[in-house]
Amino acid sequence: MTTTQLTAPAVRRAAARRRRLWTRRARRAGLNLLGLLVALVTLFPIFWMVSTAFKPSTEIYSLTPHPLPTHPTLANFRTVIDGSVIGLPYWNFLRNSLFVTLTAVVASSLLALLAAIAVARFRFRFRTTYLIMLLIVQMLPQQALVIALYIDFRSLSLLDSLVGLILVYTAFAVPVTIWMLRNFVAAVPREMEEAAAIDGAGPVRVFWRILLPLVAPGLVATSVFAFVFAYNEFIFALTFLNVDTAKFTLPLYVQYFYGRNGANWGAIMAASTLFTIPVMAFFFLVQRRLRAGLVAGAVKA
Amino acid sequence: MVRTVDRRPGSLRSPAGSPPPTLSQRGARWIRRHRLAPYLLVLPSIAVIGALVLWPAVQIGLFSFQDYGLPQLAGAAPTQWVGFGNYSQILHDSEFWLSLRLSVISAAIMVPLTLVTGTLVGLLLARLGRKMAAFVSSVAVLAWATPAVSASVIFVWLATPDGGVVDWFLTKLPSWLGGGAHWAGFNWTNAALPAYTLITVLVVWTSFPFIAVSVLAGLRTIPAELHESARVDGAGGWRIFWRVSYPLLKPIFLVLLLLSIIWDFGVFTQVYITIGELGSRDEYNLGIYEYSKAFTQPPAYGMASALAFVLTIILLIITVGYVRASVRQGALH
Repeated sequence: MTTTQLTAPAVRRAAARRRRLWTRRARRAGLNLLGLLVALVTLFPIFWMVSTAFKPSTEIYSLTPHPLPTHPTLANFRTVIDGSVIGLPYWNFLRNSLFVTLTAVVASSLLALLAAIAVARFRFRFRTTYLIMLLIVQMLPQQALVIALYIDFRSLSLLDSLVGLILVYTAFAVPVTIWMLRNFVAAVPREMEEAAAIDGAGPVRVFWRILLPLVAPGLVATSVFAFVFAYNEFIFALTFLNVDTAKFTLPLYVQYFYGRNGANWGAIMAASTLFTIPVMAFFFLVQRRLRAGLVAGAVKA
Repeated sequence: MVRTVDRRPGSLRSPAGSPPPTLSQRGARWIRRHRLAPYLLVLPSIAVIGALVLWPAVQIGLFSFQDYGLPQLAGAAPTQWVGFGNYSQILHDSEFWLSLRLSVISAAIMVPLTLVTGTLVGLLLARLGRKMAAFVSSVAVLAWATPAVSASVIFVWLATPDGGVVDWFLTKLPSWLGGGAHWAGFNWTNAALPAYTLITVLVVWTSFPFIAVSVLAGLRTIPAELHESARVDGAGGWRIFWRVSYPLLKPIFLVLLLLSIIWDFGVFTQVYITIGELGSRDEYNLGIYEYSKAFTQPPAYGMASALAFVLTIILLIITVGYVRASVRQGALH
């Protein structure tokens, strides 16, 4: 303290500046290190899944686990793709999943777009009731509703049918899709539609030429949620698809694989990797939009 | 889509001398005159949601007052109303209370852990450089995107007694951190306490990214000057969070809290897979117990519906708070 008091003011200021610079750099390095740590811990389970999938069984059950396979093998993936468990190859279940998911996404996006236009562009009686209904419906527990739906679908012969799953996935994806899509519809400037209408465009033309192209990015962002919900859904698939294993969707397939293959962790992780990678790749591609959608849908909600 | 026309009826009117309006044009006018467009637009979604979500919810309520089993399912026996029979049976059912207790306790631990972890990561993201923040949040979104089935299978593998990396790590941990040889071959899934510890870590891992990204988005809406002036006044990070960020983001935190309670109380897939399907009854939470009543032989749909109704009511009570919080934030505009 005494030395600083003795030095000239200019020198003292320079030293203080340097000190501040150093603390700022140290803090930045510390924060980056912390960020890296968070990323590593978060990534670890996914990394371990992929790494295990490439390990031969001797390495999987070794007493000291190694992060990376020393002798990488594709044997586990071959087990999955050949279909040694259910007797059907992985592609069969991927096809089921994609069929169910894509149909449900298209159907729910269509229904949601119509409703979103109504909610964003019109004031009408029961609008508030309708919106509150959408909020509540999202919170109803699926493991409760599945009982009644099972009984209904049984009498409609919709069990062990992908059509039944599509119906349920569409219905459960619609509320959240409307909820997020209406913000995108509301963001389209009304003046553009009005200008087109003055130019003589009818409502259908206004929809196709003005509204749809402008809402399309929002439609992509919101359809991600429907996609992920339908692709990952487990309870309904577990309950409705029982007898006919050929109809299984991927989540059910992975769970069945795990149930039957008790200790064959290499193959289970390979199955899980093949199930997870597509949805992750999809996520990565639309990430930025997605975060916008997340915020628009949930936080402002 | 019809709105613009709706406001300027003249724009669609066919010019003088043009052919008389077609049927579709007349229909469009009729819709406009009666202001039916919004109702027609919401009708399809109401039909689908009504038939596949709302009606089943009503049915659950009806079934819960019936003795509904295999004979009724097959149509071999008539509907048998039992009044509050199923409910009074539940009240005296020790398994119900055990499963309810597990649901409540596990949610009471999962929710704060998820919120605190998510908020801390969100605060960290806000202070990181642009690139680092993008990297960390991308990784976090990956965890969030991992399907529940995959995540559950991965965590069971991580914690499996032979070959699992968790037990290996715990044996290597110094004893003052609770590590030691007694962790070798420790089974995480055959009793309620370790199983739900594992499920808690799993649920926090999957759901903290959503909280972090939401908190980050909220923090970005706060003007930087507020934080700066607080700092100039000598406030540290802790004080700034509680005196500036938290009060401003309180509505967001409320919504996140309620959403987390709803999600964590109703956690199903992770539990179903971790405890090994419906095998170990002492590891059932409320949702799994209800499901097992309906889908293990012999099925008791009436009883299961009563349990499902209880579960739904509990979640609806929290949902009411969620709806009110959302409305107060102006969600309905």
